[in-house]
Amino acid sequence: MGDSYQLVIIGAGPGGLCAATTAANLGLDVTVLDEQPSPGGQIYRGISNTPDDRLALLGADYQHGADLVEAFSASKANYWPQTNVWSLNSRRQIGILRHGQASIIQAERVIVASGAMERPVPFLGWTLPGVMYAGAAQILLKTAGVVPANGTVIAGTGPLPLLVAWQYLRAGVSVKAVLEFSPRSNLWRAAPHLPKALVAGDYISRGLKYTLDLNKGGVPIYYGISGLQAQGHDRIEAVEYGWDTLGSSRRETIVTNSLLVHFGVIPRINLTKSAGCHHIWDRGQQCWRPQVDKWGNTNVPGIAVVGDSAGIGGARSAEHSGRLAALEVARSLHTIDTQQRDLQGQEDLKWIGKDLRVRPFLEALYRLPDSLLVPPDDKTLVCRCEEISAGQIRQAVREGHADPDRVKFYLRCGMGPCQGRQCAPAVAQIVAAENLRPVSDYTTFRVRPPIRPLSIAQLANLGRAEE
Amino acid sequence: MKADVAIVGGGLMGTSTALHLAMSGQKVIVVEKNSPGRHASGVNAGGLRRLNRDLAEIPLSVVAAQMWQDIYSLVGSDCDVKLSGQVRVAENAADLQKLEERAALVSSLGFDREELIDRDRLYQLVPALAPHCVGGLYTAGDGFARPYHALTAFRLKAESLGVKYRTGCQVTGLERLGNCWRVVTNQAKFDAPILVNCAGAWAGQICAYLDEPVPLKIGAPMMMVTERLPHFLDPVVGAVSRKLSFKQMQNGTVLIGGGYLADHDMEKETTEIDFTKLSESSQTVLALFPRMAEVRIVRTWAGLEAFMPDRIPVIGSSAKHPNVYHAFGFSAHGFQLSPVVGRIMSELILNNKSSLRIEPFSIQRFQS
Repeated sequence: MGDSYQLVIIGAGPGGLCAATTAANLGLDVTVLDEQPSPGGQIYRGISNTPDDRLALLGADYQHGADLVEAFSASKANYWPQTNVWSLNSRRQIGILRHGQASIIQAERVIVASGAMERPVPFLGWTLPGVMYAGAAQILLKTAGVVPANGTVIAGTGPLPLLVAWQYLRAGVSVKAVLEFSPRSNLWRAAPHLPKALVAGDYISRGLKYTLDLNKGGVPIYYGISGLQAQGHDRIEAVEYGWDTLGSSRRETIVTNSLLVHFGVIPRINLTKSAGCHHIWDRGQQCWRPQVDKWGNTNVPGIAVVGDSAGIGGARSAEHSGRLAALEVARSLHTIDTQQRDLQGQEDLKWIGKDLRVRPFLEALYRLPDSLLVPPDDKTLVCRCEEISAGQIRQAVREGHADPDRVKFYLRCGMGPCQGRQCAPAVAQIVAAENLRPVSDYTTFRVRPPIRPLSIAQLANLGRAEE
Repeated sequence: MKADVAIVGGGLMGTSTALHLAMSGQKVIVVEKNSPGRHASGVNAGGLRRLNRDLAEIPLSVVAAQMWQDIYSLVGSDCDVKLSGQVRVAENAADLQKLEERAALVSSLGFDREELIDRDRLYQLVPALAPHCVGGLYTAGDGFARPYHALTAFRLKAESLGVKYRTGCQVTGLERLGNCWRVVTNQAKFDAPILVNCAGAWAGQICAYLDEPVPLKIGAPMMMVTERLPHFLDPVVGAVSRKLSFKQMQNGTVLIGGGYLADHDMEKETTEIDFTKLSESSQTVLALFPRMAEVRIVRTWAGLEAFMPDRIPVIGSSAKHPNVYHAFGFSAHGFQLSPVVGRIMSELILNNKSSLRIEPFSIQRFQS
């Protein structure tokens, strides 16, 4: 076994950065592992080396990340960029790959801040070249200034499609349409939560601003869209969708060679699942997440989770949860006492409490209909790696392979190089629907490490981590 | 719920036993605490091997090999069987001498399936092998299958003949009621005149309920699998002086085993991969197949399995109770034997004798 570390933080997004800064400033020995070459996570990707003109393009929210990185850099926390974490077990042994060298390090405490991933939603044609997740497209804009060709269509739910369309508008890229898939009935479900949401800051005013700017820029936003389908032979040629309006429904087609989709984000749970943390189905967020207390503690001693990897709360909330988990680690290592922890965490707890009040509104407003969670068409490809369709999964369930893991054993869906990251939620949803049971009765696939593929030579050379 | 036979354990041994009994018209209930094939039966390496068996197991594995060859007629599925041979590689003169002794021993007992092959033949069979090897022991017609598919095929056939599976039923006690055994579970009670223990890693617990303790140890052999590669390998490759089982599956992935054990937790029924041991396993792969260096491992796992101290199973009737039978403790090489074990159990239960010699597997060997 390799060297021992006092506190290892996995991920350098807002949650990980704030946890690291807080813990290091309290005198703890902190090491931050991150797969990216510079700190910031997905939300503030490449913040420390983004040119000023692009910063202006991306807006003030993005620039806030620079402050976090600055505080982190000023602290004594060790920072290991371009470090892949390929395993985490219940004894806090962490498999890492750094400078091509695989090793296992032992941590006294672990804070997982691995963030969120875009919710994978399989639909007909989603694997055609030219179809891309909008968040991934946004990363290209942040890191390389890359934008899609003119005439892209952006489809999905939630604030991100609007934000991405707004950013493209400012970058001079034409957007043919924004298709909003949240059912109209969501408005009525969300309305009761609105008063509380208004208290919680500027989420809603920003959403309105994007909408107004898009209208001014001539980008049509269509609401009440369903039945998304990408069409084409070798690559996408058109987007087809259903449009329910005034009680009638009709199919529409937009000719385009680029479709960006986004259906919200879900926690990345591979690491916490492989460490044996207990996970629960979150009805509001429509995803599985690790069960944590307000300090980020999981059921596994010494492993805490913060930020979006503990449940979607957004970037600002991640900062506060990162600080709280760092305070709790310091308390558990007797660097501070319980009273100091509670006192120093007071403001963060208050902030999270306030911010969380906007969540029920957003969750209700952007709630995904079952038709997006459970692919209705049997021909829809669910597992891209092993080319398994929704129909094959339904058939396997009918043959008695009644849970996601057995479906995986039988069909190999989830056994490809992506490790089931893309198909796990849909498989669980299909299994639940086919068994006429709530999805909360199931879990996603058991995680089989390595989380990231490792070569035979890398594993053969498994050694001690360098200092 | 009543039946002629109650089988504890819905893995391959229990399922094969149920199938053979149902083929003779018996009414069978299989009591399974999770789901069929949840542990060793579903996740093992799927080896179909007569090569290098314990001498006592050879007659069983010979009959089992015949059954696998024609597995379709038994279960209505080919179970993805691929009979491309198994070879045990000698890397030096000392290895080769061991293989020569083994070949002489088995042939003196009248078995002719373990063929000593020279260097040229070895490299014809396994061109990808590192150049230093000197020969091998080869069994043509051995091979592998996909375990969960085989289990599913056995189960579907058994169910079509009336076998009932009760899943999610954890046995909490066994009671004698007149001429019947009562299997008490967390869900329901099952009564049958005949009780069969095929509980795999949990068989020791069943034996404890029967007051017939066995020195069973639980282990969780680890496996790893690579990304898909173009076809480069036919036989399953093992080595005399190394822990290795190396095979390329039909879809191009390479399955690597060798009996390295994971950490396990019997309460939670979970395993935790020990990558330091898999590192050793990777070194072995590189020593014999240097071309694998840049190939990516995409998954590792382990399955909970029962090991006996002498590494051969318990097969036969209870030494303590009438109408109780055992088949467990296959020590990580039971998959190939499963069709014949089902047949033997059905013969024992229905005719009170086995067509093959099973004395070496008696539970009595642990009771003297």
